[in-house]
Parts: sequence; structure tokens; C-alpha cells
Amino acid sequence: MNETVLLLAAAIASGTPLVLAGLGLLINEKSGVLNLGAEGMMLVAAVAGFATALGTGSEILALGAGAAAGAVAAAAFGVLVIGLNANQYAAGLALSIFGAGLSAFVGIGYVGKKLEGPAAPLAGSIGHWLGELPLVGPLLFRQHPVVWLSLALTLLVAWLLYRTRAGLVLRAVGESPESAHALGYPVRTIRFAAVVTGGALCGVAGACLSVVYAPMWVEGLVAGRGWIALALTTFATWRPGRVLVGAWLFGGVTLLQFHLQAQGVAIASQLLAMLPYLATIVVLALISRNPAWIRANMPASLGRPFHAG
Amino acid sequence: MTDRSRRQLVRLAGSLSALAAAGLLAACGKQEPAAPKAEAKAEPKQADPLKAAWIYVGPVGDAGWSYAHDLGRKAVEAKFGSAVSTSFVEKVPEGADAERVIRDLAQQGNKIIFATSFGYMEPMLKVAGDFPDVKFEHATGYKSAPNMRIYDASLYQDAYLAGVIAGRMTKTGTLGFVGSFPIPEVLRNINAYTLGARSVNPKVRTRVVWVNTWFDPARESEAAQTLINQGADVLLQNTDSTAVLQTAEKNGKFAFGWDSDMSAFGPKAHLASAIINWGPYYIKAIDDVLKGSWQTGRTIWGVKEDLNDLVKIADVVPDETKDLVAKIKAGMKDDSFEVFSGPIVDNAGKERLPKDQKADRAWKDKVDFFVAGVEGKVPSGS
Repeated sequence: MNETVLLLAAAIASGTPLVLAGLGLLINEKSGVLNLGAEGMMLVAAVAGFATALGTGSEILALGAGAAAGAVAAAAFGVLVIGLNANQYAAGLALSIFGAGLSAFVGIGYVGKKLEGPAAPLAGSIGHWLGELPLVGPLLFRQHPVVWLSLALTLLVAWLLYRTRAGLVLRAVGESPESAHALGYPVRTIRFAAVVTGGALCGVAGACLSVVYAPMWVEGLVAGRGWIALALTTFATWRPGRVLVGAWLFGGVTLLQFHLQAQGVAIASQLLAMLPYLATIVVLALISRNPAWIRANMPASLGRPFHAG
Repeated sequence: MTDRSRRQLVRLAGSLSALAAAGLLAACGKQEPAAPKAEAKAEPKQADPLKAAWIYVGPVGDAGWSYAHDLGRKAVEAKFGSAVSTSFVEKVPEGADAERVIRDLAQQGNKIIFATSFGYMEPMLKVAGDFPDVKFEHATGYKSAPNMRIYDASLYQDAYLAGVIAGRMTKTGTLGFVGSFPIPEVLRNINAYTLGARSVNPKVRTRVVWVNTWFDPARESEAAQTLINQGADVLLQNTDSTAVLQTAEKNGKFAFGWDSDMSAFGPKAHLASAIINWGPYYIKAIDDVLKGSWQTGRTIWGVKEDLNDLVKIADVVPDETKDLVAKIKAGMKDDSFEVFSGPIVDNAGKERLPKDQKADRAWKDKVDFFVAGVEGKVPSGS
């Protein structure tokens, strides 16, 4: 079997939680709110998802519970920064650290517990036949359905943002909340909805890690993927398609390093671990130098609170 | 300062203090006194119980390293009853925090303290100098003091036995090893695993992937998947979670449990589990203190003393292989068998141990190479 195809397939599986979280943060940031709490939301959702999967045995319910937990955490953040106009950076960092502590505390009883492994993605002879197809078999049909979900969501978010009126309004709120307000749009409500949606998607990502990818719960399971997702939105210059590709790229970096190691090529893993952030800094530097890029995609009011009237 | 920004500041301070409180809650270790104090008072004639304390690097529920140490602590409780009062602090980070915790424990009147992770060595050495009356015990280190001694297991013996099974079970002739850090302890295990496999199947090759962590299930499972993708069909790991075994199960390959019996986490993939049973050593150490015969030194126990063992060999393993494992184990018990016996050649072709020579402790402490059959190079300090 072709090792490169398997490597790509593994990179897609590894990048899928990043796609989900990245899309969530993209929606979040397009409304002009920066939520640095992604790591915390994902952790809380991961433990909620794991507990649900352990209790019910259903992956769908577990992902749903993760989404709900992420949404609740994001709603708390939304109340602070949108309702009370608290500083977005401080509140986001606080959410991150709080989520880490809370998930560790709640999760004590779930450490070392075992889930039944994820079911085969496609059962039956047709599924088997699809899985055996060259290239697309391992890349797509032998993956967990959550990979398909991430692909569908990418298309959906792209369509929503750029092809619908709701997307236009969301972007308007992120670009110039004052103008949107003057036109009569409820800026705070829209931002709150965007924050909660973003939290829910981060939650699905967190639950995906603990239920599908690992699958287990330990303290700090997310291990920095929330921060990578935050870096990812910038790296992708706030475009859904680029979030998808960037996530696979970032997800593939560690795998590539393992792959090279097993081949006998030694590269320090620490060096590769910092690559996503390095790439993000490069992109930031580039888009800061080129105003046209910024105007094209970066929400102009990102991180600024909005005071009505 | 405007009214609004002052309000924001107050809110921020509020949320930060709530945060700090939550952090404290999460960070608090658990203490579990074994003998209730009231009981000790009721019998004034009886001497105060000997206070013994353990510090763990992970949570006691990690199903691995720290869990095994805690079972040892419980064995002490069961053996000595009210003569000993034990307590533990879990999740102590290696470094400055460890020094504070060890110092606290010494000040609280503990007469013997067990530090169960390599990184506690320097902090413990510092505290040991300040408390000459307290006995300090450090697991897996190499520095000692008049009141601090070292104890260790010989897990490489388990790795060798696992290798024998792996050598017989592999179909592809490629074994996989998920390594934590390239330190002598781990290199010994990789080498022993490979030597064991090649003793029954000289064509076997071992591929190694380093994850640079003791415990990160997602990374461990990515590493395991990579090894499987590259043809490895029997995996061993030196990390603490069950992720490698679970990944093997998902892919229909074989793997082993490490540090504790992990058979439940991969019923089909599980070939055997390497376990450590610290109880006998802890009982001896406490006994030494109670009898006043405690002396500094270094204790390395293994299969011979029942400190570590390879257990729960799966039914899929042929009886003939099981018999062979039992035979080697018997050899380890009566000292007729040594894992690292010459000639040992590294994978660059250089002889590391001459023919007919058995490795001594100093040799084992300094292992910094892969034996022939392991692919790749040991990562150097880059």
C-alpha cells in the first residue's frame, strides 16, 4: 500500500479537529470578536463529550454534548465581552485557563476509562468496496464520518459567508459595527450568536478529539490545538477553504515528523512543533505589509468592543 | 480613568480572582491519612505510627506509572496497619514545585519520603541535606546522599520478553516502538525489545518514533499509526497511556501493555502486559526504617525479586512461545540469563559489548546507542 497516501489520510484525520475549531473561530472573528478561549472551550467540550460517550455509547450524542458545552462556555464569554464590554483578550485568556482547570477537575473520574472504539465508517460490501478504491478510499471512505462533516461544514460556512444575506450582515458587523448599527442591525445580538456558534464548533472539535481521535480523556488532552486553531484563522487569512487546507497542513506537520523518524531521518520534533506558529507569524507580517490583503479578509473591527450610540 | 474603564477593571479583577480560586482547587493534591489520629490517641502506650509519604508525577488514576506506585503504597498500608501512616501528593511537577512539596512533607514529620519520578532527583537531594533525620528514597535516579538512596526496576527484562513474543508473532518482520525520550532507560528497552525479537527471528527490524512526552494519548496514537502505516505489526511503547494499544486494536495489529495490565483496552491486540509491582520494595524500605537498619545505596530489582514481570500473555501466542518466555524468565530468576550479554553490536556495526561478557550496571547506565536491527539514529541534543 502506498505510504504517502496513508500519510495524507492520517494528516486529514489529524487536521479534522483543527478544521472544525478553525471554522468556528472564523465565524467568531468575522463578527469582530476575538475569542482566545478556544483551548479552554475545547477542553470542557472534550470532557463533556467523553462523559456522554461513556454514558450513552453514542458518538453523535457525544459530539452534540461537546457542541453544547462549547456553546455554554462561549456564551459566558459572550456575556462578559459583548454584554459587559470586558476586554476581549483578557476574558479569552481567562476562559482558556479556566477551561483547563475546570475540565481537569470534572474529568478526574474519567481518566483511564475506556470507550468502545469508533465504529467502522462504512459497513457492508459497498462500504468495503469504496474503502478499497485507490487514493479516495483511504483518503475519504476509510475515514470517520466526522471528516465528512468537516468538509460539508467548510462548504456551508463558505456559502453562508459569501453567498447569503446573513453572511453579508455578519461580515458587515465585523467590518464596521457602527455602520451596521446605523442601518438598524442588532450588532450585539449578531455578535453573540456568532460567538456561541463558534464555541459550539470548537466544542465539536474538542469532543471529536476525546471521542473519535484519541479516544480517551486525560487532563490537557487538547494539548495546544486550540491555540493552533487560533493561529490557523490568521494563517488562512479568514477564508474557509484556506482553513481547511491549513488545518490539514498543520495536522500533517507532526505526522510528517513521525513519518520521517520511522524512516530513520532525524528532525527535532520541537522544531516542527513551532512551525504552525512560525507560519502564522510570516502570514501576519505579510498581510500587515500589504493593506489590500487586510482589507480583503481581516475583519476591521476585530478585537474592538462595540458601544451602541 | 473613566467610569466605564474602571468598571471593566473591577470586572476583570473579579474574573481573575475567580480563576485563581478555580486553579487552586484543581491544583490541590489529595492527602489520605491511613491511620485515623483518634485511634492513635486512644492507645497511648503504642508508639506513634511511622509517617511515610509518596509524591507522584501523574494522577493516581493514570492506569500506569503513578498508579503502580500507589498500589505499592497500599501494599505498605496492608502490611503494617497502624504502625505506619501513609500519605501522598499527586501531580507534582518536576522542578521547583517538587522541592517545595518534599520540604513540606519533611517538615510535617514524615520519616521516609518516596519520590517516584526521575526529575525529583535534584530537588530531593537539596532537601535531603536539610533534614538529616529523614530518609529519602528516589526512584530511577543515579544520585544519592547519606540519607537518600535510589531504587529502580528492570523493565528492560519485560521488554526483552515482549520482544521474544513479538519476534514470533510478527508477519511483516517489522516491529514498532513509540519512545518517550532518548534516555538510557528507554534506549535499554528498545534494545532489549529488539534483542528479544532477534533471538527467535534474526530478520526482525525495529522502527522507532519519538514523541517527546511521557503522556499525550493523541500524539502516541499518531506515532503508533505512523509505525503501522510503515509496516510495523507488533508495537511496544515506553509511554504511559493506553493509546498505542488502542491504535493497534483499531488497525488489527498487535501491541503490549506497559506499566500495568492494559488487556481491557485492546482485547484482540493485547499480547501481554509489562507490569511493575513496587509493593515488595516499599515494604522492605519501611521495614528498614522501623528496624533502624536503613542504609544508603542503590537497589535495582527485577523479575528475580518479582518487582517487574510480563503478565497476561494472550491466548493467540503459541504455547511453544509461552514456554520459551517461561524458560527465559526462570533464567532471569536464577541469574543464569542476562539480557545484555555479549557480543552486542550497535546498528552502525561497532561492538559495544565483547563476546562472553555480561553487561554490568555501569554499562547499562550509559546505553546511548541502538543495537543492530533498530533503524535510524539516536537523536542527539538537537
